[in-house]
Amino acid sequence: MAIWLTEKSRIIVQGITGSEGTKHTLRMLASGAQVVGGVNPRKAGTTHEGLPVFATVAEAMEKTRADVSVIFVPPAFTASAVKEAIDAEIPLAVVITEGVPIHDTTEFWAYATAKGNKTRIIGPNCPGIASPGASNAGIIPADITTPGRIGLVSKSGTLTYQLMYELRDFGFSTAVGIGGDPVIGTTHIDALQAFQGDPGTDAIVMIGEIGGDAEERAAAYIEKHVTKPVVAYVAGFTAPEGKTMGHAGAIVSGSAGTAQAKKEALEKVGVRVGKTPSETARLMREIMQNR
Amino acid sequence: MDLFEHQAKELFAAYGIPVPRGIVAHTVAEARAAAEQLTGRVVVKAQVKTGGRGKAGGVKVADDANDAEAKAKAILGMDIKGHTVHKVLIEEASDIAEEYYFSFLLDRANRTFLAICSAAGGMDIEEVAHTAPEKVAKIPVNPIDGIDRATAREIAAAGGLPEKSLDGAAELIERLWAVFVDEDASLVEVNPMILAADGQVKALDGKVTLDANADFRQKEHESYVDKAAEDPLEARAKEKHLNYVKLDGNVGIIGNGAGLVMSTLDVVAYAGEQFPGSPKPANFLDIGGGASAEVMANGLEIILSDPAVKSVFVNVFGGITACDAVANGIVSAFKLLGDRGEAVSRPLVVRLDGNNAALGREILQSAALPGVELVDTMDDAAKRAAELAAVGA
Repeated sequence: MAIWLTEKSRIIVQGITGSEGTKHTLRMLASGAQVVGGVNPRKAGTTHEGLPVFATVAEAMEKTRADVSVIFVPPAFTASAVKEAIDAEIPLAVVITEGVPIHDTTEFWAYATAKGNKTRIIGPNCPGIASPGASNAGIIPADITTPGRIGLVSKSGTLTYQLMYELRDFGFSTAVGIGGDPVIGTTHIDALQAFQGDPGTDAIVMIGEIGGDAEERAAAYIEKHVTKPVVAYVAGFTAPEGKTMGHAGAIVSGSAGTAQAKKEALEKVGVRVGKTPSETARLMREIMQNR
Repeated sequence: MDLFEHQAKELFAAYGIPVPRGIVAHTVAEARAAAEQLTGRVVVKAQVKTGGRGKAGGVKVADDANDAEAKAKAILGMDIKGHTVHKVLIEEASDIAEEYYFSFLLDRANRTFLAICSAAGGMDIEEVAHTAPEKVAKIPVNPIDGIDRATAREIAAAGGLPEKSLDGAAELIERLWAVFVDEDASLVEVNPMILAADGQVKALDGKVTLDANADFRQKEHESYVDKAAEDPLEARAKEKHLNYVKLDGNVGIIGNGAGLVMSTLDVVAYAGEQFPGSPKPANFLDIGGGASAEVMANGLEIILSDPAVKSVFVNVFGGITACDAVANGIVSAFKLLGDRGEAVSRPLVVRLDGNNAALGREILQSAALPGVELVDTMDDAAKRAAELAAVGA
């Protein structure tokens, strides 16, 4: 079992003909994911890497019964690509693109809301979602872990991979990279809620980082709604105030957004927080061994 | 990127927002000349990208050019919360009848924009927000609907502004929204927004944060970059498209992925606590997921040109780019640096984990690069890098 992405998921790629789109389409196919086509209005009617290219998301859905879109288009065109996915009411849109302006993300989020949030948006600036052994939508390396019963939600790509790799003997139901931008579609809370309801998930790893208060809000949610064990890691304890640490959202301003505040909020509701990624993996290992 | 007050006001003026006349001065002589040109009473304002400068003594009223010269002398070179004052804004003094607060900003939690307005503006606005939150109106702004004159007026009224100020404030707010959207800002703040004695509503201060992700469509924003204040290593890294932040420790850090590098900084700082002098990270450097030999060489070059660096920790998780490719990248990076006439003069601790980790380690071992040590785990590698920095320091 898994959340949001299963072996039945039928994936299309918006921006399939670009270099990143091509590379990762091939990787997704190699991992066993069902990629069924792509979208590029200028190349509609052709095939790319053996897959049909359509003019619009709506057409691709009609012809291929796709229910997931992975978006690789450049930042300048991301908002319109996402809005097209929303208009087509595709159930899941995974926005990999890094460097999308805040006004564009905020606008497409408002657009999604106005249209009734029929499309789940993951990202932008994220590695995507992988349900090991079942499907893979995005750029998460498929071969670093195994299928299992741990769920993972993370703001960071490589820290996701690190934990997936360290816990590969237990394996994962689904790993969701939600992205490190200030405004994102799917949040920690959305993933926690889904993992809590997923019979295939026994425990949850949550990875956060400095900036904003998403981890604090996730802690409040866990206290009320999550009964499965949660282990967390927060990056950026030693990050100085006012310096953006790689992700646009990873910045400490004044007393807001510090790693310490996030750790305290999580520990207060009974979440065990690892001091390093490896210690976090050990904490999860203990939980899984004692089940 | 945060703008200086004078840059924010130049931007405001370009959008038709009333601001006082002002001239930027870098020296005491320039300050005097500016005050003479403006005539009458002026305000001498430190130009620093931090709040609380008024309370720190960075804003002074001067009666005439002599006085402006004296005030500028006191303010130039002043340290305000770690920011040295290199320039002042000399501005005509305004007759202030009332002070308000206004801002548009990103509301991360609600994934929308927010207008904040209060009739209790000025230096104590944060205090007011704490003790009397009812005096501060916070109104969500849908990015699709935006702000027209009527909504702007409603926001001003919600902030408790008096009837006599509403029309002027509404006009200012509507134009500020244009700045916020058209310039791709994540913050525009006016504190105080004033009602002048002559009845005009003006922006007496300005704070603007621009979104770097929008640089591709905001070419003119490049001109706002404060080249003088840029760290020279950060500037060089930027030219090479490296995501580098200079920090004040002595362990150089290279990793792939923002989260992993942030985590590496933490792990090195913890490990450093047990060694003499508590070695700390010297920088943040994310070389990204598909680190090529050239990117690795550029990264190493930047880090090794920092004289504070005593050891380097290369922390890579091999995902899409597997560890053997990363190891080959490091080997080529050494060769590239050699070709550029730069020797790798400090010890390098390398931790490779993930896909093809064994193969990657084998490549590095057989290359036998001078000063390179392989350590299996991130925690142990951080410890070793900190230890080497402590010895080297």
